[in-house]
Amino acid sequence: MSNGRLRWRKFISNFMLAMTGVCAFVSVLVLFFILGYLLFNGGTSINWDFFTKLPKPVGETGGGMANAIVGSGKILLLASLMGVPIGFLGGIYLAEFSGKGMASVVRYAADLLNGVPSIVIGIFAYSLVVLPFKHFSALAGAFALGIMMIPITLRSTEEFLKSVPRMLREGAMALGASKWKTIATVIVPAAYRGIMTAILLALARVAGETAPLLFTAFGNRFESHGWSQPTATLPVMIYTYAVSPYDDWHRQAWAAGLVLLGLVLIINILARTILSRGIAVPRS
Amino acid sequence: MATTTTALKGAGPVTGSRSFFARLRDGDEIARLVTLLFATTVVLITAALVWELWVNSALPRQKFGFHFFVTSVWDPIMEQFGALPFIYGTMVTSAVALLIAVPLGIGAAIFLAELAPPRISDTLQFFIDLLAAVPSVIYGLLGVFIVVPLMRTVIYPALNKPFGYLPIFKGPSYGVGFMTAGIVLAIMVIPYIISVSREVLLSVPRDQREAALALGSTRWESTWKVVVPFAKTGIMGSIFLALARALGETMAVTMVIGNTPKIAASLFAPGYSIAAVIANEFTEATGDLYLQSLIALGLVLFLLTFILNGLARLLIVVTTQKGSEVGG
Amino acid sequence: MKRFVGLATGVLALCAIVLADNALLINGAGATFPYPIYSKWFDVYHTKNPNFQFNYQSVGSGAGIKQVTEGTVDFGATDGPMNDDQLKAYQDKHNGVGILHFPTVLGADVPTYNISGVTGALNFTPDALAGIFLGKVTKWNDPAIAGTNKGVSLPSADIVVVHRSDGSGTTYIWTDYLSKVSEEWKSKVSKGTSVNWPVGLGGKGNEGVTGLVKQTPNSIGYVELIYAVQNNIPYGSVKNSSGNFVKADLASVTAAAAGAAKSMPDDFRVSITDAPGKTAYPISSFTWLLIPQKFQDAGKRDAIKDFLKWMLSEGQGSVEALSYAKLPKEVVEKEKKAINSIQ
Repeated sequence: MSNGRLRWRKFISNFMLAMTGVCAFVSVLVLFFILGYLLFNGGTSINWDFFTKLPKPVGETGGGMANAIVGSGKILLLASLMGVPIGFLGGIYLAEFSGKGMASVVRYAADLLNGVPSIVIGIFAYSLVVLPFKHFSALAGAFALGIMMIPITLRSTEEFLKSVPRMLREGAMALGASKWKTIATVIVPAAYRGIMTAILLALARVAGETAPLLFTAFGNRFESHGWSQPTATLPVMIYTYAVSPYDDWHRQAWAAGLVLLGLVLIINILARTILSRGIAVPRS
Repeated sequence: MATTTTALKGAGPVTGSRSFFARLRDGDEIARLVTLLFATTVVLITAALVWELWVNSALPRQKFGFHFFVTSVWDPIMEQFGALPFIYGTMVTSAVALLIAVPLGIGAAIFLAELAPPRISDTLQFFIDLLAAVPSVIYGLLGVFIVVPLMRTVIYPALNKPFGYLPIFKGPSYGVGFMTAGIVLAIMVIPYIISVSREVLLSVPRDQREAALALGSTRWESTWKVVVPFAKTGIMGSIFLALARALGETMAVTMVIGNTPKIAASLFAPGYSIAAVIANEFTEATGDLYLQSLIALGLVLFLLTFILNGLARLLIVVTTQKGSEVGG
Repeated sequence: MKRFVGLATGVLALCAIVLADNALLINGAGATFPYPIYSKWFDVYHTKNPNFQFNYQSVGSGAGIKQVTEGTVDFGATDGPMNDDQLKAYQDKHNGVGILHFPTVLGADVPTYNISGVTGALNFTPDALAGIFLGKVTKWNDPAIAGTNKGVSLPSADIVVVHRSDGSGTTYIWTDYLSKVSEEWKSKVSKGTSVNWPVGLGGKGNEGVTGLVKQTPNSIGYVELIYAVQNNIPYGSVKNSSGNFVKADLASVTAAAAGAAKSMPDDFRVSITDAPGKTAYPISSFTWLLIPQKFQDAGKRDAIKDFLKWMLSEGQGSVEALSYAKLPKEVVEKEKKAINSIQ
């Protein structure tokens, strides 16, 4: 092969490989750009008022998003209470009890549910919870978000339970423990870390969802009490404020964006470090 | 009642012949039933969702039939509803998104899988996973305040002046529109392409690369002509996954697409997507036909993402299996 | 086990805090047109009556009508009065009980625009406005616009039309006016809260349209007066039926309602666009609260009735600061009587 041709191929090789490096760094750079931009615009707008005050009437400056922060917290708590037990216990069923047929049906249903666009879940929650009870509520919003948490929780529970070494199971059974006792006292604790991280990741995912809340939790100018009142939430406030013409509302939208992104990223980083640092299943 | 099975055959409690109530006293049966109940709930919820979607979109099916998908008029006063503008908008924005995200994503995945030392590869993947976790409304926020002005001041002049005679680059710029939405979507789906492609590339057996290099190819040639084609199906899978995500995106799109139910050839024109119109008009759809037409759109979206997700999973599984079969 | 008990106690404690119910919450939703004054009113009213919280969500008149009909909110708000079909639909859903319209303020739709170098009020003829929104007048320096704006240098740029993407009373007012002044508009598009727009971008709510106009060069949109004023964007004068170019303000909007005030129908549904009168602003309108005739919850009913009385007396005092016009005296008197019919 001629030297010139070889040099050309080598040049192309180095060039293209460098380009892939550029692609990778550009992609990662986007993340830092987003963070930086939010920090810059949101950071300057975050003040004590933002966390403690209620929104002001239209056109007036000042005020905060205290009700939205509490509202989001409430809905996420309730969503976890709804979605996690179903996913967790269902995952136990798949890993420990089920036969092949039922398992594939459940897994298929969970995968299907996972792929449903969040706006469609909002439609479902509206028909099932808002209409019959005749009001928008935190409960309806939590129902929508809870459904979204189920597939991740279910699949992860199943996987982590299955990855517990046979030795642990056999050891417990050899000692005379019944099946459910084995599961409750040996297997689940062993897989605890992995399952916790999965729940955290599911939580982070639904924390940022806006579309399903649009017609379930709706919105509230004030603090909402209990579970059955319309509730303000961070993502919906960001949306409302961002598309408005008021500069003060834009400022608050950046602040809220920073808080929301910060929350989501912290949960993600926490979950991933737990997973990678500790072994999900301790060696006996 | 099915016989109870245990994790180990031959060990543990005797199976099957006792009465149901006798088995019930044994905690295991309760545990099995309780967990079965929750597992069934998952199936029930999914079934209920599909059923609700189907039943609550009966009116437009009856009234318009197949024409629903090919009519482009969306007129609530005249009660004429056609899904075409929204299907078009969803398709176009997703296509633009993939055009941008696929080359970038595959390039990045190649770098992470083939070139970068493992520590760097893992660290960068960590950051890319974080990018996937950013909520949609935040992308919308950035879209409105950064991408839209950028489109108006930089991108539109750069494309319209030299190429304005092409139908896709014709016409005035509004800042919002198909292309803006496509750009925002591209940023949102890149992480999916990168992480899945990286995994399938990593699963390609070493022999393949080494054989190519032994035959005298350059690093790039071995990657591009041997490794990538080997992982082709898996990479296709990642693209389908990304597409499914793009189709269902609501907030980021509705904030930058222009909310106009019209079909236009120009990428700079404003448009609408299925998810965006549902978000905007659902709470105000007076009249059953209007509301059910929106739900029918939701059903269409659901079916599209369902098919794409299924295909994606299939392709990815096939590729990773191929990798382990051919031998490492 | 211990961990579980601890978690459960924590959750229950949280529930207790959260479930403590001190104020009566009354939910309403609807028009974005009067949102600035409603949010101010509900804020002031809450300060005076801490036991009542009126939660008003500005989601557009279309959604207001829909949600009050579904019963998911306690009251609605709209600037496009419910038509007979919608009234019947409400009654069908509520066992024959009807819903009442209560005018609250007078406002105006103004044509607001963003043209570099143009900071004053452009003069628009009805034909110009219809032409722009039909997509037939496409450039700012078109004779239809330039002809009535001699002395203003208009660019040859394409006009970017902005309209509402959601069901809107503001749209109703605008299209009601255009239907009256343009036969072509009437037959092609007609009037409604959600129409088949020939051209333009869609913004969500008055807020969204204002935002789009503010950010998009060479754009024109229609918004309630206060949105243009609060955001310092110029808005134009419109030629009224007497041939004068009138800018929207308290006087011109009040003049538009003068005739209707005397002949107000019992159900308060009336259109005052293109009203006669030399100084009348032609795109003015009342805006209404939609109050069910019968309430299950006596507490909510009394709260709403009290609010309505307050709104008609003290409340009217704060409307002018936000560029809305007060209700005519005759209308106020008529409404006071109508409040008694809420059961």
